[in-house]
Amino acid sequence: MKRYDLIVVGAGPSGLSAAIEAAKRGLGVVVFDENEKPGGQLFKQIHKFFGSKEHKAKIRGFVIGEQLLKEADEAGVEVVLNATVIGLYQEKEVVVRIGEEIRRMKGDAIIIATGAAENMVTFEGWTLPGVIGAGAAQTMMNLHGVRPGKKILMLGSGNVGLVVSFQLLQCGCEVVALVDAAPKIGGYGVHAAKVARTGVPFYLSHTIVKAEGDECVTGVTIAEIDDKFQFIPGTEKHFDVDTICLAVGLSPMSQLLKMAGCKMEDNPRRGGQAPICDGYGRTSVDGIFAVGDVSGIEEASSAMIEGRMAGIAAAEYLGYIGKEEMEESLKSLDQALDGLRQGMFAPKNRGKNIEKTEEGIPVSASLLKRGFVAEDEIGRFPGVTRKSGVHPVMECTQNIPCNPCQDACPKNCIRIGEKITSLPVVDESATCIGCGMCVASCSGQAIFLVDEGYGEGCASVTIPYEFLPLPEVGQKGVALGRDGKEVCKAEVVSVKSIPAFDKTNLLTIKVPREYGMKARFFKKEVS
Amino acid sequence: MGQVNDRSRDIGAFVEAPDDDMVICRCEEITKGEIRRAVHDGMFTLTEVRRYLRTGMGLCQGQTCAKLVKGIVARELGVSPAELEPATSRAPMRPIEMRVFANEAKEGE
Repeated sequence: MKRYDLIVVGAGPSGLSAAIEAAKRGLGVVVFDENEKPGGQLFKQIHKFFGSKEHKAKIRGFVIGEQLLKEADEAGVEVVLNATVIGLYQEKEVVVRIGEEIRRMKGDAIIIATGAAENMVTFEGWTLPGVIGAGAAQTMMNLHGVRPGKKILMLGSGNVGLVVSFQLLQCGCEVVALVDAAPKIGGYGVHAAKVARTGVPFYLSHTIVKAEGDECVTGVTIAEIDDKFQFIPGTEKHFDVDTICLAVGLSPMSQLLKMAGCKMEDNPRRGGQAPICDGYGRTSVDGIFAVGDVSGIEEASSAMIEGRMAGIAAAEYLGYIGKEEMEESLKSLDQALDGLRQGMFAPKNRGKNIEKTEEGIPVSASLLKRGFVAEDEIGRFPGVTRKSGVHPVMECTQNIPCNPCQDACPKNCIRIGEKITSLPVVDESATCIGCGMCVASCSGQAIFLVDEGYGEGCASVTIPYEFLPLPEVGQKGVALGRDGKEVCKAEVVSVKSIPAFDKTNLLTIKVPREYGMKARFFKKEVS
Repeated sequence: MGQVNDRSRDIGAFVEAPDDDMVICRCEEITKGEIRRAVHDGMFTLTEVRRYLRTGMGLCQGQTCAKLVKGIVARELGVSPAELEPATSRAPMRPIEMRVFANEAKEGE
């Protein structure tokens, strides 16, 4: 029977990271993945990631995937694709289907990084063609270049629902509504805001009554629910749609761990059935580790750190490094992981009702309910200032672990400070040169450049713009507010797309002066 | 776990519901009503329901419906889903053709 030092199951962000660290320390490592392409969900992530430099912030997910694959290759990791692990037996015997054959092999250590599967919800008509998971929509759009539908309703306002809604808009779909049974938007406010300002309405405390259609989805009815999750009669709303997208959470694909005899728990906070493991992924079975979503649902940035930790712990387990060396290597990773698990959305804050930011500013109620910060709320956040001349307006209102804007400004106009979750502050003593680096650096697309003295009675607003076709200079249209409603006429005065912006185009529009602090999106006039 | 499995426990009579005809396990075409009825027939564990109705035994191996079935059974028993023992995990983890399953690669290849 073939033997490896380490067998990793799953070539996603955590599995690859684990394999890299182990291989760098001398272990012979093989990674099996059932898919035809490696990278797990990373290659579907076309948005820029949050975090700080060490978390690969402001790099798009698929680019991080490419970097990981390169790193794995250089470290000598063997990645086997179209390889489905069908069983994990005693003594760490792994049975894997490769092509038309079954192969048995042994790993002295095993790292399970199988990820998660999408949850479903049931309603009348949920089995009709046209009801799809948000992950499926991402696979269609971002891996295969297929538009999932023309008119789409999204159920679920967590980060997956928000990010995929934006991608559907980018792909040319009409998103008719974003619906969630919860009373508050679950994902990052900045993700919600970039969807809301294009005009997508949010319906919180609503869910799907039924999907309509005989052969496939032709419409959907939603209704408001009370605090006991019962429909309130008379609140039904109908939409003509051809696709209903479900983004209602993920469950760990932990069956291999259970089969191997690892102690499991059913913990809703971890997404369902997950192995009991310590901070470095060690399960109750010596030499079997679990990392990434399979060990509790989180996101790709933390999964990559968890993977690296388990790779190092596996090297120590097999004696390739000593305990001291392990602890030394884990120190900085511990810090990096801790940095990501801070702020309003930290695992420890799940389910908590947070009313104020760390700075003591009341959070925006409108943002949680309607997806955008209301006019009378925006002024209280420290990134939103008014002064003469061009300057950044940072509509960043929640404490999330992210700070690329701070390093992006060549003039040091933007300050976040030591604490990565702090809201960005404008340094009044520094002078903005209007370069736009901050606008393009913000993964949440929440930074704008505003100049309220742009010629006679006009203001200019520079917005991050990731839609095609790009408007041209001189194009006339309308400016939309944070709420996605028309505020005034607007004209494009500049379109900047340089490599340093990494495909976030900067669109500068000219609006009447009084709308400088209101206009946040541009729509071409529909003739 | 003992309490969940206590067969002498009275869970009340089966009451029909308007959504009983909704398909839950798509691969094996098992409805919500069938699953609820199975509980009243005495199937208190997911393993029993699975053997009784074949829920989660089809092409997707419960990837879609496992959580849904668990929720329905738990509700019928009046317990939280986390209290139910999950169904056994066993090989093959993914659907596989018998000709492949039986086709073991020779050693040293």
